Amino acid sequence: MTPDLLETIRRALGRAQRAGAYAADAVLVESDSVEVRVRGEEIDFVKQARERALGIRAFVKGADGLRSAITSTSDLAWDAVDRLADDTVALAKATAEDPHAGLPDGSFAADLPDLELLDPSDRDVSLEERIDEARRAERTARGFDPRITNSEGSEATSSFSRIGCGNTSGFLAEYESAAHSLSSMPIASQDGAMQTDHWFSVARHRSALEEPEAVGCRAAERALARLGARRVPTCKVPVIFDGVSARSLLGNLASCLSGYAIYRRSSFLADRLEETIASELLSVVDDGRLPAGLGSRPFDGEGLPTRRKVVIERGKLETYLLDSYSGRKLEMASTGNAARSAGSSPRVSPTNLWIEPGASSLEEMIAGTERGLLVTGLFGFGFNAVTGDFSRGATGVWIERGERIHPVEEITIAGNLGEMLTKIDAVGSELIWLGSVAAPALRISRMTVAGE
Amino acid sequence: MSHAARSATPLTLLRDRFGMDFHSLEAVIETALSRRVDHADLFFEYTTRDAVVLEEGIVKSGDRHLEQGVGVRAQAGERQGYAHSDEVSDQSAMLAAATARAISEGPSSAGAVAVRGSGAPPSDLYPVRTAPTEVPVGAKIAVLNAIDSHVRRSDPRIKQVMASVVAEHRNILIAASDGTLVADVRPLVRLNVQVIAENQEGRRETGYQGAGGRFELARLLDEEGWKPIADEAVRSALVNLEAKPCPAGTMDVVLGPGWPGILLHEAIGHGLEGDFNRKKTSAFSDRIGERVAAEGVTVIDDGTIAERRGSLNVDDEGTPTQRTVLIENGILRGYMHDRLNARLMGVSSTGNGRRESYAHLPMPRMTNTFMLAGQDDPEEIIRSVENGLYAVTFGGGQVDITSGKFVFSASEAYRIEGGMVTTPVKGATLIGNGPEVLHRVSRIGHDLALDRGVGSCGKDGQSVPVGVGLPTIRVDEMTVGGTEG
Repeated sequence: MTPDLLETIRRALGRAQRAGAYAADAVLVESDSVEVRVRGEEIDFVKQARERALGIRAFVKGADGLRSAITSTSDLAWDAVDRLADDTVALAKATAEDPHAGLPDGSFAADLPDLELLDPSDRDVSLEERIDEARRAERTARGFDPRITNSEGSEATSSFSRIGCGNTSGFLAEYESAAHSLSSMPIASQDGAMQTDHWFSVARHRSALEEPEAVGCRAAERALARLGARRVPTCKVPVIFDGVSARSLLGNLASCLSGYAIYRRSSFLADRLEETIASELLSVVDDGRLPAGLGSRPFDGEGLPTRRKVVIERGKLETYLLDSYSGRKLEMASTGNAARSAGSSPRVSPTNLWIEPGASSLEEMIAGTERGLLVTGLFGFGFNAVTGDFSRGATGVWIERGERIHPVEEITIAGNLGEMLTKIDAVGSELIWLGSVAAPALRISRMTVAGE
Repeated sequence: MSHAARSATPLTLLRDRFGMDFHSLEAVIETALSRRVDHADLFFEYTTRDAVVLEEGIVKSGDRHLEQGVGVRAQAGERQGYAHSDEVSDQSAMLAAATARAISEGPSSAGAVAVRGSGAPPSDLYPVRTAPTEVPVGAKIAVLNAIDSHVRRSDPRIKQVMASVVAEHRNILIAASDGTLVADVRPLVRLNVQVIAENQEGRRETGYQGAGGRFELARLLDEEGWKPIADEAVRSALVNLEAKPCPAGTMDVVLGPGWPGILLHEAIGHGLEGDFNRKKTSAFSDRIGERVAAEGVTVIDDGTIAERRGSLNVDDEGTPTQRTVLIENGILRGYMHDRLNARLMGVSSTGNGRRESYAHLPMPRMTNTFMLAGQDDPEEIIRSVENGLYAVTFGGGQVDITSGKFVFSASEAYRIEGGMVTTPVKGATLIGNGPEVLHRVSRIGHDLALDRGVGSCGKDGQSVPVGVGLPTIRVDEMTVGGTEG
């Protein structure tokens, strides 16, 4: 039998203090997960797991600041926990003093609102039901069109977690959460060429997932839409990002908003607070308390309450995303954006981060584009946060006179994110949550497309 | 400083750390086999990982992580059942075995299982005297401090230094229903140096260099080990400070030796992994014996090179690694296999069954993938290009194995004008079609080099360490993404 989660945290903290820690905090994550994949008529795999991990951060007092260390283990026997706590303190003693290190100064989360992160009835779902859902998505995708000839399979996954967090300043709390997903990845072929794309639905409650048939159908449509794709000549044109690819763009932007990138000056947004950095059509919000949000949590990785904040207000940069350390470095308060798994140091992460939807539908944006590119997929890692230089592979659709002409592949789109933000001239009206980061379609008035 | 990390031999590890023996292994496998399955295996792991990171001139924190667990797998036809637990005991392993066999129906056809042997791997590609996680943290900190002052002294434009020493010591044990019993102890070390340089106009650029492999950490901590890495990071940042926007369009590209071998990894390597070819979802499916590259192009995957980051004594299913010819003089010769895909395709595993950890299912993955050297003089290869791009270092890459399209981003590249390497350019991204690109290799240098040992490959959410290698090559008419039309 595993001892109680909070009891284990208490023990680790007590032991660290006895070993000489000036302060310490700990997180414990327990999770149960199941994952099934069906390919064609066959089960491809069934995977089940139970995982637990404890992470300890200890601070040791020095003349000019605190020394610190982070450790983790998946062995939660009492003697292993004691040894880990002792080792953490010993390791901390070897590091340098840092005047900015330490626990948050206070204001730990006092209220723990119910953020609807778990539906208890979802625990009763059998393995057979999940296999059936994956099968339904797979059958729909495979049967959608004769040109769907193969697939990488369809998956149904669920995970249930308990997350506990405590520190030597008296904070100790836990919460439960769940995540469920359904996905499908069919392959379309025509004239000897194959194309694949995928679609998925993810939610805290199974009842909020799209129906398996809807997932399979949309996945098949996306794969079919790529058939006959070709390159286009190198040019400079307006580029529309659909919600899926705009989300990837927002992820690039988020990495530049992290307090760590700012104090290290490894982000092109360093020293830009309260400046206009984007088109006034762009507003970005981060909210850790969105009900049933995939990035929602009642407290962050350091026990501070999460909250809603406008990050970019009509083009103006209002705040960075901070934990207590990066906040102290920048002489600002934490924004409650510390994220921490048992095996990692606290770092900054968005909670639920989204671009506020605008006025135009995707179809209106396409209709209003004389000649340009609709991007439906981005790949590769061609983004440099220090300079904002952006150059990534893309797939999509070529637009002439406001109409979709043909699918496009084997091209890159390039620009500088700083300039791209100011060149946003339309924002879509539909926001789909495919994770904790979401974006509507966006149009950027001019980018370089490299092709033939 | 940690008793837990003191390395036992894997078999004593099983006994002392998890309280299990041969009999319990056999009982667990028999439980997994108690319905109709083709193969069952157990994967035990005990891993220690640590990292020491320097930034802003000080080592602010140390990290140390212990990870242990067991994964139990059953295979029936194309189906796989997998269960894993971080609690390793007879009981949890039995429970996992019962879950794993849930994919199968019908009574067992297998009899009793006997695992045999000493558990020693067939080769010893990475013996180390000192486990890298046992090297005192003070020694690692001292080297990071030395790197920081060396780099800051080397040029006033260097404004920020981030350096880290990362060490891993992995103990694994594999037991399978065919009697396989093998253990492996896998050290892995890495040194990273990243700098940010700023010129008088306030322009900021970054430079990175790293090195690593499966060898004594002391080699990287030695001045002869770390200094070239640190100097290279500085040089690359200063080059990037002068870089101009990259031209966009189709041009001839010369790839330098070593790390640009990532082209092979992305453009063709993934497409030759057995799972995609068994499922016929790869652009290379059913093409064995066909010409897929220009004459002279020979591509190898070799997991048996001593001390390399991508090397293994045995893969994560217990199969000895090997040297596999993928492409021979332009002709496709073979795919890379794990046990499942080899069995379903009627061939033998090539020792490419790898997994991130006990919490993951094995898949066919690359080890060290490289192109053999040719005859051409690298200087002459550059002179042969009238107008093009010379790319020497890359960041990451990605491929869509179904359409064959790949992309990878240069972190250091230059224009070639009139046969001469001229201006550095930034933001160059290369994109192409895997089955086509190697047809356009028109020159192959005699200077094959393997990378410095920092590569990681992601597939289906699993990351594993890999190596790549390339001689200088010329590829005609590649699409280069940049901002200058």
